[in-house]
Amino acid sequence: MNEYQNIFTAIQLRGHPEAGIALPAGDSQRHGTPEFVHWIGRIGNAQIGPIYLGFLGTVSLVCGIIAFEIIGLNMWASVGWDPIQFVRQLFWLALEPPPAKYGLSVIPPLNEGGWWLIAGFFLTTSVLLWWVRMYRRARALGLGTHVPWAFASAIFLFLSLGFIRPILMGSWAEAVPFGIFPHLDWTAAFSIRYGNLYYNPFHCLSIVFLYGSVLLFAMHGATILAVSRYGGERELEQITDRGTASERAALFWRWTMGFNATMESVHRWAWWFAVLTPLTGAIGILLTGTVVDNWFLWGIKHGIVSPLPQVFEGVVDPALGGAQ
Amino acid sequence: MRLWIPFAAGAGALLTIAMVVGAGWDLPPVDTQQVGFRGSGMVVVKDRENTATLAAANVAPPTPYEPDPTGARARDVYQNVQVLGDLSEDQFNHFMASITEWVSPEQGCNYCHNEENLASDEVYTKVVARRMIQMNQAINVDWQNHVQQTGVTCYTCHRGNPVPQNVWFSDPGPGVPGMAGYRAGQNLASPVAGNTSLPHDALQAYLLDEKPIRVHSTTALPTGENTAGTKETEQTWALMMHMSESLGANCMTCHNSRAFNDWDQSPPQRVTAWHGIRMVRAINNEYMLGLAPVFPANRKGPEGDVYKVNCATCHQGAQKPLLGVSMLKDYVDSLGKKTETGVPNYQDYKPGETQLMPSRTSDAIDPAAVPTKVAAK
Repeated sequence: MNEYQNIFTAIQLRGHPEAGIALPAGDSQRHGTPEFVHWIGRIGNAQIGPIYLGFLGTVSLVCGIIAFEIIGLNMWASVGWDPIQFVRQLFWLALEPPPAKYGLSVIPPLNEGGWWLIAGFFLTTSVLLWWVRMYRRARALGLGTHVPWAFASAIFLFLSLGFIRPILMGSWAEAVPFGIFPHLDWTAAFSIRYGNLYYNPFHCLSIVFLYGSVLLFAMHGATILAVSRYGGERELEQITDRGTASERAALFWRWTMGFNATMESVHRWAWWFAVLTPLTGAIGILLTGTVVDNWFLWGIKHGIVSPLPQVFEGVVDPALGGAQ
Repeated sequence: MRLWIPFAAGAGALLTIAMVVGAGWDLPPVDTQQVGFRGSGMVVVKDRENTATLAAANVAPPTPYEPDPTGARARDVYQNVQVLGDLSEDQFNHFMASITEWVSPEQGCNYCHNEENLASDEVYTKVVARRMIQMNQAINVDWQNHVQQTGVTCYTCHRGNPVPQNVWFSDPGPGVPGMAGYRAGQNLASPVAGNTSLPHDALQAYLLDEKPIRVHSTTALPTGENTAGTKETEQTWALMMHMSESLGANCMTCHNSRAFNDWDQSPPQRVTAWHGIRMVRAINNEYMLGLAPVFPANRKGPEGDVYKVNCATCHQGAQKPLLGVSMLKDYVDSLGKKTETGVPNYQDYKPGETQLMPSRTSDAIDPAAVPTKVAAK
């Protein structure tokens, strides 16, 4: 029984590496000699490679590396090319978008946001090409296109933050910097400037879907692991039979909460929750500053802010007297 | 066994230890005190360790003795007493003994005085000290909406150091002004902003210049009037981080974080802080900048600007400097009222040479530099 109570995949198969189906004419070949790695096999399939790169993948990687280099070299330049400070302050460093005075200019000075625009162009190109590659690989394997469309949802959020909303606002300065802590500071400052995103209904939806995704993932993952002692991970073989892991999993949820997803629908639930997280988030971002300037006041106007009793008597804005 | 596993585990453990030990967390126990309406999360947080450290570091020294306010006036007994001439001789000596303990306990009287001629202004620190006494008087009289009746003395900032420990000066940071490395005045570990990557020029913008701190719109929908964006918000936030770190106070001390800008939901401390920002700005502009010709190069920043004050200069980690103990009550006659407001022309000052630095009355000041009602007198 203990063999089912483990953190890692306990059983690894070894044989001839799987080469994959033949690719259609015109596609480049998969690269690399497959090999087995035991520790990778502990968390997934032990076989590494062969990998399909192709034209789109190659160009996407090149563009991604260009963007990465531009960002990294600008970060290094921002500490005067000091290698120690570059490592020490790496999480603090960033490449900033142009200041507001340049608006939507596509040719601001190179060292005042120009590099940011170039890096953004290459990063966007890289991401979009990778999307096309995913779509084409899914099609080549005869799959549905669920994965590319889920990825597209994340790309939409990425573009909303760094491209669409800045254009709607008329300034690249509204975009996110490329950097670890700086983009987090940007996020919090964005919420503060626009009166607390907590009161943005699409932000609420995004959080619902995010936490919902986590909950669904936990429920589904736990269910399948719990029935793995009956071979529950081999879902499709069991789906129509009585007494299988699959039926036990379904009965568990029907008995504990009166309702159960099916082996298929639980994945549909998960897919929609995951896809709607960045999608609703992006809508919330696009509405901020463009059609709503202060979400707290918007929330008061529409009755979603609970008013607090006056606790602090006599606190008046000292600037009301005309002082600066 | 593959070799990389123990190495990876070791690196992971080191990183974890570095994060736990090196990040300067407030370790438990931490005390919280509710200040706002229940459920609003408005609590003031005090770390017990910090509280104990602050209590030890903020002991106001007792006044050396009780001076006799009667008797001959200092201006009649000594020469060149421009600001404190109304004190009795005993009060004046008492104040001189106190200021030595406050500012130059190790260097003694000669830190400001030529021991051959105590009346001479040739030591630059004496000229600065006189102006600083005027500054103390102005703070205690004009800025009571920040310092209340507690007031300030030299010790509030100096704490036995000739230069207060918390001062700031222009620091554009590293970087090449050439082709690359644009970081828009932020994105370095910034000590003035609590070691965040927030803008490091916030003190210049708000405590010297008068850049608007407010970034919120006061209408739900855009009107086009508010031009502040996310970057301006980050700069304001950097100032707030500076205030928070300087006072050992969390955001909720002054704000309801659900609507940072809303005065109706703000604790009264926010009004005090608002006046404090204006007070610091006035100190820097009216007192520190004016003394620029007097300070030698080693008392200026690398960019050649004078040291300036910020919230930490007085507060030094405590919400109330010296934990609210008033030292002013023993120095009301010297620092509690404005006795002489004339300002010398510091451009004329030559360190080591100038024997007398006379205060100029309002009439003597360049008419272009003063408000009309004074000039018309």
